[in-house]
Amino acid sequence: MESSAVGMWKGTSKGWVELFTHQKVQNGWQVHFWDNDCFKTIFYLLFGSIPNRTNPYSLFCLQREKKNLQDLNGVFVFNVAEREYLDRPTARLIKEFDRIEELFMKEIGSQYGIMSGSRENSLYNALWAAQALLRKGSAKTADKRILLFTNEDDPFGSITGATKMDMTRTTLQRAKDAQDLGISIELLPLSCPDEEFNVSAFYADLIGLEGDDLALFMPSVGDKLTDMKNQLRKRMFKKRVVRRITFSIVKGLSIELNTYALIRPTVPGTITWLDSITNLPLKTERSFICADTGALVQPTKRFHPYKNKNVKFTTEELSEVKRISTGHLRLLGFKPLSCLKDYHNLRPSTFVFPTDKEVVGSTCIFIALHRSMLRLKRFAVAFYGGSAHPQLVALVAQDEIIAGGVQVEPPGMHMIYLPYSDDIRHIEEARENFELLHSDITVPTPRATDDQIKKATALMRRIDLKDFSVCQFANPALQRHYAVLQALALEEDEMPEIKDETLPDEEGMARPGVVNALEEFKKSVYGENYNEEDEGHGKASDASKKRKAVAENAVKESAKYDWADLADNGRLKDLTTVELKYYLTVHNLAVGGKKEVLISRILTHMGK
Amino acid sequence: MARNKEALLLLLDVSPSMHTFLPEVEKLCSMLLQKKLIYSKNDEVGIVLFGTEDTNNELTKEVGGYEHVVVLRHIKVVDGDLVEALQQLPRGTVAGDFLDAIVVGMDMLIKKFGSTNKGKKRLCLITSALCPIKDPYEGTKEDQIGTIAEQMSAHGMKLECIVARGRLSGNVDMRIMDENDLLLKLFSTKTTAKTLYVETPTSLLGALRTRSIAPVTIFRGDLELSPKMRIKVWVYKKTAEERFPTLKQYSDQAPPTDKFATHEVKVDFEYKSVEESSKVVPPEQRIKGYRYGPQVIPISSAEWEAVKFKPEKGVKLLGFTDASNVMRHYYMHDVNIFIAEPSNTKAMLAVSALARAMKEMNKVAILRCVWRQGQGSVVIGILTPNVSDKDDIPDSFYFNVLPYAEDVREFQFPSFSNLPASWQPNEEQQEAADNLVKMLDLAPSGSKETLLPDLTPNPVLERFYRHLELKSKHPDAAVPPLDESLKKITEPDPKLLSQNKPIIDAFRRRFELKENPKLKKSTRRLLRERPSGLNEEASMGDGSDGQAIKSIENTSTVGVEKIGDSTPIQDFEAMMSCRDSPEWVGKAINEMKNKIFDLVEDSYEGDNYLKALEYLVALRKGCVLEQEPKQFNDFLHHLYKYCEKHNLNSFCESLASKEIMLINKTEAADSEVTEDEARSLMVKKEPKLE
Repeated sequence: MESSAVGMWKGTSKGWVELFTHQKVQNGWQVHFWDNDCFKTIFYLLFGSIPNRTNPYSLFCLQREKKNLQDLNGVFVFNVAEREYLDRPTARLIKEFDRIEELFMKEIGSQYGIMSGSRENSLYNALWAAQALLRKGSAKTADKRILLFTNEDDPFGSITGATKMDMTRTTLQRAKDAQDLGISIELLPLSCPDEEFNVSAFYADLIGLEGDDLALFMPSVGDKLTDMKNQLRKRMFKKRVVRRITFSIVKGLSIELNTYALIRPTVPGTITWLDSITNLPLKTERSFICADTGALVQPTKRFHPYKNKNVKFTTEELSEVKRISTGHLRLLGFKPLSCLKDYHNLRPSTFVFPTDKEVVGSTCIFIALHRSMLRLKRFAVAFYGGSAHPQLVALVAQDEIIAGGVQVEPPGMHMIYLPYSDDIRHIEEARENFELLHSDITVPTPRATDDQIKKATALMRRIDLKDFSVCQFANPALQRHYAVLQALALEEDEMPEIKDETLPDEEGMARPGVVNALEEFKKSVYGENYNEEDEGHGKASDASKKRKAVAENAVKESAKYDWADLADNGRLKDLTTVELKYYLTVHNLAVGGKKEVLISRILTHMGK
Repeated sequence: MARNKEALLLLLDVSPSMHTFLPEVEKLCSMLLQKKLIYSKNDEVGIVLFGTEDTNNELTKEVGGYEHVVVLRHIKVVDGDLVEALQQLPRGTVAGDFLDAIVVGMDMLIKKFGSTNKGKKRLCLITSALCPIKDPYEGTKEDQIGTIAEQMSAHGMKLECIVARGRLSGNVDMRIMDENDLLLKLFSTKTTAKTLYVETPTSLLGALRTRSIAPVTIFRGDLELSPKMRIKVWVYKKTAEERFPTLKQYSDQAPPTDKFATHEVKVDFEYKSVEESSKVVPPEQRIKGYRYGPQVIPISSAEWEAVKFKPEKGVKLLGFTDASNVMRHYYMHDVNIFIAEPSNTKAMLAVSALARAMKEMNKVAILRCVWRQGQGSVVIGILTPNVSDKDDIPDSFYFNVLPYAEDVREFQFPSFSNLPASWQPNEEQQEAADNLVKMLDLAPSGSKETLLPDLTPNPVLERFYRHLELKSKHPDAAVPPLDESLKKITEPDPKLLSQNKPIIDAFRRRFELKENPKLKKSTRRLLRERPSGLNEEASMGDGSDGQAIKSIENTSTVGVEKIGDSTPIQDFEAMMSCRDSPEWVGKAINEMKNKIFDLVEDSYEGDNYLKALEYLVALRKGCVLEQEPKQFNDFLHHLYKYCEKHNLNSFCESLASKEIMLINKTEAADSEVTEDEARSLMVKKEPKLE
């Protein structure tokens, strides 16, 4: 379990307004800060797009109005009906949060930070309030965090003298107390376009940064929102070991590895079956019934039909058959990376990272092999012998990649599941069969000429995605799914539109350079005056020609009958099946079955 | 003949040169027939042996010649007899002429089927191709092959040759071998023939697709480069996992006299309300509910159908990008293959041009695919070129699905360079690893790649079908052991290991592994000596369980000069003042640290705190004296963190009360801490790094 309090600290001089909309502020405080989707994205990362996550969250803002348990000034805990302060996000919360801009303006917002002359320290109060909210649950079982969003690097900047000293000291003490209670405080600074967020001004002390960490902090957070999104996402997932495995390298030398699932398809979430009348959840009960006698049975054996017999297997025998290895990962040897073909893939890969937890020295061996494999451009072939899925795997070493202070690729090895010969199909060779069946002469396989290849190369230069990165797209189906769920949960009438990021960039494709390159390539491979529709259909198979002819004939024939009349008077049975089939063919219905079946199909289609 | 019914003739070389491979040939062919028995019961199979002592075939009776070719079984529908015939192949004694066997086989097929069943007739030749081919009566061998190939094409036969050769021994006639290879190659240029060379018994087992699956397209239509430029393509699966067969549940309820009993088990589902378990809800009254936070939202399928994401069918190009932008481990699924629409020459040209250009420039294409109309999702994937080097195979593309933003979990792992020095391999160790990676080679140059996925059978399936066959004869048959050729898949090859014994031994010598002794006994954590310059990330250890701080035993501390339990402070001071070796200072500090840490860790409600504080004061004093501020400061930080993690706040408070703070610059010049900073330690903490 994980609980977080999300604190939003709005500063005095630099508003989010500027940050998010890049608009100059006029007339004092025009708060537009939700105009931009970016922050919403962050917000949805926390709550919205992952509604299956059930971690409790609390939201609070530092505001004019006070609304909190401790009756502290300048702190507003944002909440909706039917929800505790610290609770799982509900649809209503998300909806209300969408309106926060408006609310902020009208009701909650103070539009001020900590002012000189004021004795109120709202940051101090906020930390206190957050700490109180996170009191629930012991530090051992729950991961408690305060995420602090702010663009004010020096909250006590407007105050001077002893008051400032005092406020700084008490606030830091407050933060320390919270940390002592096992609550971690994470700062997500929002820089303004013209001003860098200065961590050292105040927050470095609050979150305990020093030395190199301090220097690294800002680049790692980044002033770009996308970076922050990444940062946040990285912090959202709890790192989980899938399994600890033993990797046997040579006889008598086995190291310990942890496996992680870094890439797995995200699915819309599990379905709970409900009673459509009461909307109460249902449970499923399963019973086994003997097909011959109808008696309830508890089967222990399974069978496979073979040579007109049923060959029976016990569960133990089946698991014995599958047990072909000890369950370890066993090194078999190394191959150059070029041996790993693009079609050697079955499932998402698994990441492995060494651990010295049980076997001291594992990491050292792993690092040595990792380096050698990278340098020699080789991958390891190993047998991964779990009982569920014994399989050959390729272990491909991946060097650490850091971009913009963020670890893009962790160092370690990726375990790629290799297919067996049984799993590989030789489709490209199947062409031969086709040739064999349809022509007597073996035509030489068409190969592109150098000129055609040159045109294709030119085209490729034009349509080049320079900074393509895997996973830059959100899954439109999943986004739609969540949006629909939210709309239904809130009983909204209108279904939200989701932008499909995966569609090709039409504007880009319409650029003259691209169009020209495409045209050139087309001319080069297809020739002038090429009509796509004709090509390929010229050799349409006999079967499809026949089908077409039958359909045309049926349309002609079918028109000769007054079907409605025939059906009304029950005279369909006087027609032959051939005649009946005219109707069926015209209406794209199945034409199989006995005459009665055909008639009933026609009647059903007519709605009679 | 049914639509997908196939006639297969096995032409098996049993001459002495093949004897080492015959056990695998037996296994491979009986596996093939077994799968036919299960999945395509109507297929017909015949068996021809060559290289036998005897001669028994129709051609020899009709026209003479064709010696040492025996028709073991005539072409017939697959049955148990065929399987059995293959399990005990006779060992031949004379050289085998594969060309004779091909002619005999062809003759059998022609006599049986005439020119019908084009494309459904297959000859499968398994030979070593090491024996000389007799010269024909007229013309050259090449001419003869030409005639045979012509006949094969005319009758729509396919030829599949598997050439099994182990490590070549000295007495092999290279001239004959090369000639034979050339002759076999000639077949593939003149007719539909495929030749496969295998070196090991294991790859022989994987050389033949034992289960024939009719390929089905998952998409036929346009590959849309732009709305104006399209290429007609067909998409198939290139890899698809062949799963362990699902076995039906068996019911023994039916009386043994009942001949027509199915023995099947039906599974019946009942849906009951969680609250009222007596009431059964009919299946059609159920409705799907999705979790949304704490709520469960019911959605009927009709409603869902109306609002769900409905993309248009089509395969669209998003653009090209450098191959290095997409790493191999991002491939999510099994692989699809894009081929140009058959017999559409222009499409083939377009595919060929793109594939070759992509290969030349090391580019890949990014596609957006919706395979079927009405499909509720779209995939983004990568298209890579598959440029064919064989004349008779057209160029194509491979396609794999890439993850969406939601599918990637970006965990942070410590950099290897940030891990403690003791975990870094030294030069000798690195060299040993280099040698291992280099020499434990599965794809040595000049030899065939071993464990090539395309030639490696699934050992579990092999074993299952063998067991099935055994059980069909003896219902109580035990699970057969994994045989030697399959063990080569699950275990390292003993031959490879023995060849590289010195390298493996060196590797084993260079690295030392030991069980973490403290872990098994209890879960208590001990202070680990932290080499200086170590940052926080490294102390997270293996990354997964940061708090697991391991103990590395300081074995060298056994001696007279050791901090005892009775007078630790005195011992410490004594050790610190030892001037005979600079080691003592470090040792004393470390021992003291361990002692303090143990005290704090083991204390129950703060009962050890006073002692610990006393020691800490002594340690601080010692460190100031010896000008070792970093040792002390790091330790104090560490202690703080530990307390913070384990809610030992009272200890921190007592530290404050005793005014134990970091050693600052004024006390020790090496310290990086100013006086103010040292004072503010109480209120200054690092958040836990996640």
